[in-house]
Amino acid sequence: MTAQDQVPPPLGAPGAALDEVLRAEHISKSYGAVTALRDVTVRLAHGEVLGLIGDNGAGKSTLMKILCGFQQPDSGRIVVDGEEVTLKSVMQARALGIDVVYQDLALVNELSVYHNMFLNRELVRWPLLSNRSMRRIAQEHLTEMGVNVPSVSVPVASLSGGQRQAIAVARAVFANAKILLLDEPLAAMGVKEGAMILDLVQDLKRRGDVSVIIIAHNYGQVLQVCDRVNLIQHGTITLDKPTAQTSVQELNDIVVAEYRRAMEERQRSE
Amino acid sequence: MSDTVESGSTVVGRPGLGGGNAGGNGTRHFVADRFGVFSRQREATVLVVTVALLLYFGLTHASSFVTQTNAVDLLSELMAPIAIIAIGEVLLLICGEIDLSVGFIYTFAPFVMYFAVNDYHVPAALAIILGLLTGVVAGWVNGFITVTLGVPSFITTIGTGFILLGLGLVLSGGEPTEIPPISMSAGKWLGVPGNPWQWMPLIWTVVLVLIFHLVLVRTRWGLYTIAAGGNLLGAREAGINVGRIKYGNFMITGFLGALVGLQTAFYTNNVDPLAGGYTPMFYAVIAAVIGGTAMLGGSGTILGAFLGAIVLATLTDGFDVIGVNANWLGIIFGGAILVAMIANVQLARLRQAGRTL
Repeated sequence: MTAQDQVPPPLGAPGAALDEVLRAEHISKSYGAVTALRDVTVRLAHGEVLGLIGDNGAGKSTLMKILCGFQQPDSGRIVVDGEEVTLKSVMQARALGIDVVYQDLALVNELSVYHNMFLNRELVRWPLLSNRSMRRIAQEHLTEMGVNVPSVSVPVASLSGGQRQAIAVARAVFANAKILLLDEPLAAMGVKEGAMILDLVQDLKRRGDVSVIIIAHNYGQVLQVCDRVNLIQHGTITLDKPTAQTSVQELNDIVVAEYRRAMEERQRSE
Repeated sequence: MSDTVESGSTVVGRPGLGGGNAGGNGTRHFVADRFGVFSRQREATVLVVTVALLLYFGLTHASSFVTQTNAVDLLSELMAPIAIIAIGEVLLLICGEIDLSVGFIYTFAPFVMYFAVNDYHVPAALAIILGLLTGVVAGWVNGFITVTLGVPSFITTIGTGFILLGLGLVLSGGEPTEIPPISMSAGKWLGVPGNPWQWMPLIWTVVLVLIFHLVLVRTRWGLYTIAAGGNLLGAREAGINVGRIKYGNFMITGFLGALVGLQTAFYTNNVDPLAGGYTPMFYAVIAAVIGGTAMLGGSGTILGAFLGAIVLATLTDGFDVIGVNANWLGIIFGGAILVAMIANVQLARLRQAGRTL
């Protein structure tokens, strides 16, 4: 493991007492000749909101796919609640309480809000669906979470982007997710709708029973709700700090400096 | 809070966050509501058309149209085959597939039954079940090639359709033959001329329509069928076994195709290598589309397709009764398909508008 010696894990305080719900250690993943992740270690504390920030192609999506069981790492180990696990499928990860809200939301536009909330977890009185119960429970749950839709019976197609995102988050929480991975929750969303989603995350934090990883490339807004920030660049984590000890400015500087260095290298090689 | 209640669509119910875009929300919900009404209106519209056609032919040509003979012609002979196959095509279209081979399953299944009885002395009821199983197997093959091997179903089912056509021709030597008389006692349950068995195709249709309507709107199978066609990746991400749904719907369609083939064979007392083919399949797809099923998947109804089948059967039968040259039928059918499709496309556009507003 020489790579480990050369690139020490840049955690603020490695091994420091952190009430961990999730730890992914020394994760590496390559697609053919392309190395997407190189010895990445990520930790998530109970009730924490972690911002996983990086440019497009930095490896955030790969890391997320590994954490939610969609793909398997080439090496490394994943520890959930102190127990090492092998995430072989999304279903298995979900059974462990790891749920993901994808950028494309994985909602079915043609189905109603409550059918989407219960997708693949339907209440059934064989052979028929218990639509009335599902409608009632979905409504209760959305009200409790402060998510407001015209009716849980309307097709998701008729909702706005922010509402759809909120439904997707509510669905994951509803499924008893302990660890929620939000993939670019603010992408393609207006400022107001983005603010609503951030409020929803704040609410989750206040409730304290869900830990959240927000994956984003635009960190300005996300930083408001994060307790801690991990910056991922070229498949490695180059910064791990509590949000209070960093700033948008610092993150900007790091990314810009990296960009400059890359430009200089390119010029030198030419 | 009053802001958010009024706009009725704010994500997080908190003052100050949602009030601003109340106007935008209002527009969106106007469109969305209209869309909801339209999509429900779709079945109602087809129902009105159906009733209007029946009334027109019934009132203007009562003596020839309102008779038991004509009712059997219209409902058991013309409507039943279209409606039963349409059930399968609706399920397939909703989950994003199509079966162009079902008309050849229709052709082939009676031969399996025929040879089982004639050459292997299989009891008739069992031979009929073998014929139905042939359809299920053909559907499985369609599913295997489409889902597992990844060939678009449009191509898969053209290929399997030709193979089934060829098999029927080879086995029969290209000659039609009569149903073995011994099998008639079992076959009458599928429908044969004369009271009361001539009503069996209609009864099968109504029962199957009701069952599969319930399957589509009130069971997991139906929900997953819609999910597979509405958001394939999303359905997979939710952990739904989409392949299983598609396999199943191909097999259901194969079963229904075989059923219609056997029914027609018994009804006409004829096992014909040139029966079936593309015509009943296209009629079924047209019935589905007229009834509001989207060719691009995600939405559709069995009841709508049932009504669509009645419309097509009424047009065919009605123009025959009033003595209009059959050549005109093509023009009328073509017009009906285009009107239905234009409405479909425009509705989808409206829905898109509702999504992006």
